[in-house]
Amino acid sequence: MSAWETVIGLEIHVQLATKTKIFSSASTAVGAEPNSHASLVDLAMPGTLPVLNREAVNMAVKFGLAVGAEINRRSAFERKNYFYPDLPKGYQTTQLAEPIVGTGNIELILDDGSRKTVRIHHAHLEEDAGKSLHEDFHGMTGIDLNRAGTPLIEVVTEPDMRSAEEAVAFARTLHSLVTAIGICDGEMSQGSLRFDVNVSVRRKGEEKLGTRTETKNLNSFRFMEMAIKKEVERQIDILEDGGSITQETRLFNGDTGVSRSMRSKEDANDYRYFPCPDLLPVMLSEEQIIELKNSLPELPAQRLGRFVEQYGLSDYDARILSSDLATSDYFEAVAERSDDAKLAANWIMGELTARLNAEERSIKECPMSASHLAELIARLKDNTISSKIAKQVFEACWNGEGSPDQVIEARGLKQVSDSGELQKMVDKIIAENTTQAEAYRAADEAKRKKMFGFFVGQAMKASQGKANPQQINELLMKALEG
Amino acid sequence: MTLHKHTLTELKALLDAGKVSARELTDTFLARIEALDGELNSFVTVTAEQARREADAADAARSKGDTGLLNGLPIAHKDIFCTDGVRTSCGSRMLDNFISPYDATVVEKMRAAGAIMLGKTNMDEFAMGSSNETSFYGPVKNPWDLSRVPGGSSGGSAAAVAARLAPAATGTDTGGSIRQPAALTGITGLKPTYGTVSRWGMIAFASSLDQAGPMAQSAADCALMLQTMVGHDSKDSTSLDRTTDNYLADLDKPLAGLTVGLPEEFFPASLDDRIAELTRETARELERQGAKVVSVSLPSVKLSVPAYYVIAPAEASSNLSRFDGVRYGYRCQDPVDLMDLYKRSRSEGFGDEVQRRILVGTYALSHGYYDAYYLRAQKVRRLISDDFARAFEKADVILGPTSPEVAFQLGAKKDDPVTMYMADVFTIAVNLAGLPALSMPGGMIDGLPVGVQLIGNYFREGQILNVAHRYQQATDWHRQAPAFGGEK
Amino acid sequence: MAIDQDTVLKVAHLARLHVSAEQSQALAGRLSDILNMVDQLQQAEVDNIAPLAHPLDVSQPLREDVVQPADLRDRVLPLAPASEGSCFLVPRVIE
Repeated sequence: MSAWETVIGLEIHVQLATKTKIFSSASTAVGAEPNSHASLVDLAMPGTLPVLNREAVNMAVKFGLAVGAEINRRSAFERKNYFYPDLPKGYQTTQLAEPIVGTGNIELILDDGSRKTVRIHHAHLEEDAGKSLHEDFHGMTGIDLNRAGTPLIEVVTEPDMRSAEEAVAFARTLHSLVTAIGICDGEMSQGSLRFDVNVSVRRKGEEKLGTRTETKNLNSFRFMEMAIKKEVERQIDILEDGGSITQETRLFNGDTGVSRSMRSKEDANDYRYFPCPDLLPVMLSEEQIIELKNSLPELPAQRLGRFVEQYGLSDYDARILSSDLATSDYFEAVAERSDDAKLAANWIMGELTARLNAEERSIKECPMSASHLAELIARLKDNTISSKIAKQVFEACWNGEGSPDQVIEARGLKQVSDSGELQKMVDKIIAENTTQAEAYRAADEAKRKKMFGFFVGQAMKASQGKANPQQINELLMKALEG
Repeated sequence: MTLHKHTLTELKALLDAGKVSARELTDTFLARIEALDGELNSFVTVTAEQARREADAADAARSKGDTGLLNGLPIAHKDIFCTDGVRTSCGSRMLDNFISPYDATVVEKMRAAGAIMLGKTNMDEFAMGSSNETSFYGPVKNPWDLSRVPGGSSGGSAAAVAARLAPAATGTDTGGSIRQPAALTGITGLKPTYGTVSRWGMIAFASSLDQAGPMAQSAADCALMLQTMVGHDSKDSTSLDRTTDNYLADLDKPLAGLTVGLPEEFFPASLDDRIAELTRETARELERQGAKVVSVSLPSVKLSVPAYYVIAPAEASSNLSRFDGVRYGYRCQDPVDLMDLYKRSRSEGFGDEVQRRILVGTYALSHGYYDAYYLRAQKVRRLISDDFARAFEKADVILGPTSPEVAFQLGAKKDDPVTMYMADVFTIAVNLAGLPALSMPGGMIDGLPVGVQLIGNYFREGQILNVAHRYQQATDWHRQAPAFGGEK
Repeated sequence: MAIDQDTVLKVAHLARLHVSAEQSQALAGRLSDILNMVDQLQQAEVDNIAPLAHPLDVSQPLREDVVQPADLRDRVLPLAPASEGSCFLVPRVIE
């Protein structure tokens, strides 16, 4: 459609799920009174010094191992100097020349089922800034340093993505990865994952990259997609009008869908990076790395492969069911207890997801337990209920009426498979509908097929849907033709 | 002999023998501060009430059997160390109103050992200076000649000890800030191996060079102080985790078998002959006690001043960014916007020398100059460190002058920072290499003290203290006191 | 290396120091003196020399991830030039 190709690279700030800050023992918990989680170090009191959190290092290494990256046996912290009120030391402690995680890869499965590899340039450890609050301070700005010093890894990709959809697929994959390995709580609305998007466009076939812009701090997949699409349009419009793109940082407003340039050019940044003299090089031993590798849980990509292999799922189903740990665990529990992975997958991706979406609940808040869903599937398979009745039972279980067996029992939904009982029912139907029975017998093969449905309907009505459909078919056939 | 003239070691003996109480000692020194410091200006803050309370508590503890190493001994802290509930100014208008909410580790350790804090001593602003003239609280006078500087940046601590307003004091040394004022005021001061004393609560100037140490009348006194100051601190990542040496045990060890290295570079043709001769005389005294004197070479040391004046300002420019008028310290009147708040608070809160060094450091780190300045200086730093490593293959300790001059007139170098910087030539290399070194009195020129410097290998504080102590057993330069504050 | 007034003003801005035009002239002289002295570094042969950031060859110690209480508001808010509702106050920050 377009003569233009989009090139996207991402920088993602991932807040690590440590209990304490990267350089101080203050809590990282959110929602506290302003500055009540700000230690002497976080407040940058004169004379205070940083000491690195072991868990932050471990989590960064786990990330690196999970994306098959080089883990640098030696890494080092530097200071990025700039003044901002939510940056209490006047510098951010970060890594530049010697990051802890080197080059790696993340493989995406796109919606059309195709696969794509995005290269990770590196990932480094750094500290988060505090927050500037603009409301309730009558024209002034309030500074809350509770978030200051929260550990982050910044993941930097190569410019390997070619559309907003690919960028979002990457973002979702990264989200599921960091939550799966337990290094991030994944709460996008709290800013636990924040995306900076570097976008440029170039004419198709052109090798040289176009001038890029950076849109900062996108904290939802939807905003990210919107922001990229808007930025691509904006750049193409400018270029097609003969203009040129200014390399700049932009801010995207999710509510208005509009982005604007963030910093004026005169304030060109010169961060004066240099090695932080208060911190020493971080050295990692082989043993530490092996230990961390062994501590990694199954990764989403490995799980996806296993779901295809072990349960015979399609790539598409496997991708959806392996995307996050809660869904994966739910699926596996249902599949194993019901002994039917396909039915488990169908129910979870169909009925269950529809209900969760309708009620805006996550799988963790699902009122239907995995064992109940497994029981329901088992009753379907052993012909205790029909699939039509199963939907009723599902509904009742969802609404808290008990286990499937309890619901079936209480509501008397058990399928009638007693052949004596069914024979009586069939005899009665034929007796009451002699005209139709005669017509059936007189009709030819083609017409009979259509007419047969009438008798099945009557049987279902008489049994309130509980008659075993297969048995009823056989008995009716015998009675009508015999 | 009046109490104030005693060394810290002697006062400890008097306390231990029950011949004097902590309260008597404290009152003695507080009275001297009260009477004499108006002229000297060595204290920024005197914590008299707190000191008396602490002294009474020390006496009470002693009566219950407390044997803290410094129990009941009054000392002063350089105003660079954070003291909980007490103003910690760092000699700057920026922190004139700063009541620290916590104690530095050094302060905590001294208190835990039973020492009593008399007050906080004056210093060059943020420890940037070699004359104590950059303090917001005005210059400190040298008790040997009130028209002269006491050296810096720990000039307040040095002058207070020299004038016997305190038996001992803490100092910090980034490029000579303990040793040079010790030399210029005739006392003994030691800068330990980098990482030996915790930097937690010590307001940073240049983090990779800063190190705290003791200043007192004698090497034995310094050993007593150092024993209390050292130790691993989990709050300081650069604090070394190793077993603590016993600095007092080997003080008296004979010097037979010791090799003393004299670096030719420490005796340039331009050096004052009298200082060179006094330094050589010190070497001869050590020889008389059985030491062997050899010549060593430190060819890269000539680059130590330029390397230092890149590294120290670069680190300082970043360390001092936290003084932004937001969370504590000075804020300008009625800022019109954030930029105005930053710029005016900082330019009104910092003095000229501090601003100059921030500018030099910012420039050295800025885009396009990092490789030419900062990176190159860090490489030169390795050359210097390697020079010392080679010298220590030939010698156990290195001996040289501390300062190329005696105390100079107040204001003499005020308009010539580079000349002032160059005078740090003998002390700075030690900080760049992270080695321990001390300065002790080695003679007098025209009634002014001359300091001699002993540099040790890493962690050999005990050895240089031993050499200095043996020297002081045979000489009495360290017992010379200025006429100022003496009995009339 | 000499440093001109414009550079002084640029560096002063980076360092958030207020320097007037008149001051910048005097400062340019002073800073040039210092930089000229520092330029002796260019004589050094450092081609294959690794930079020395710390005097001792040691590595970073790691702290266990255990929370210590850190509510210091009673102690630190009184130190602030301006505060309200347990926040530090600054003139409005425009993003």
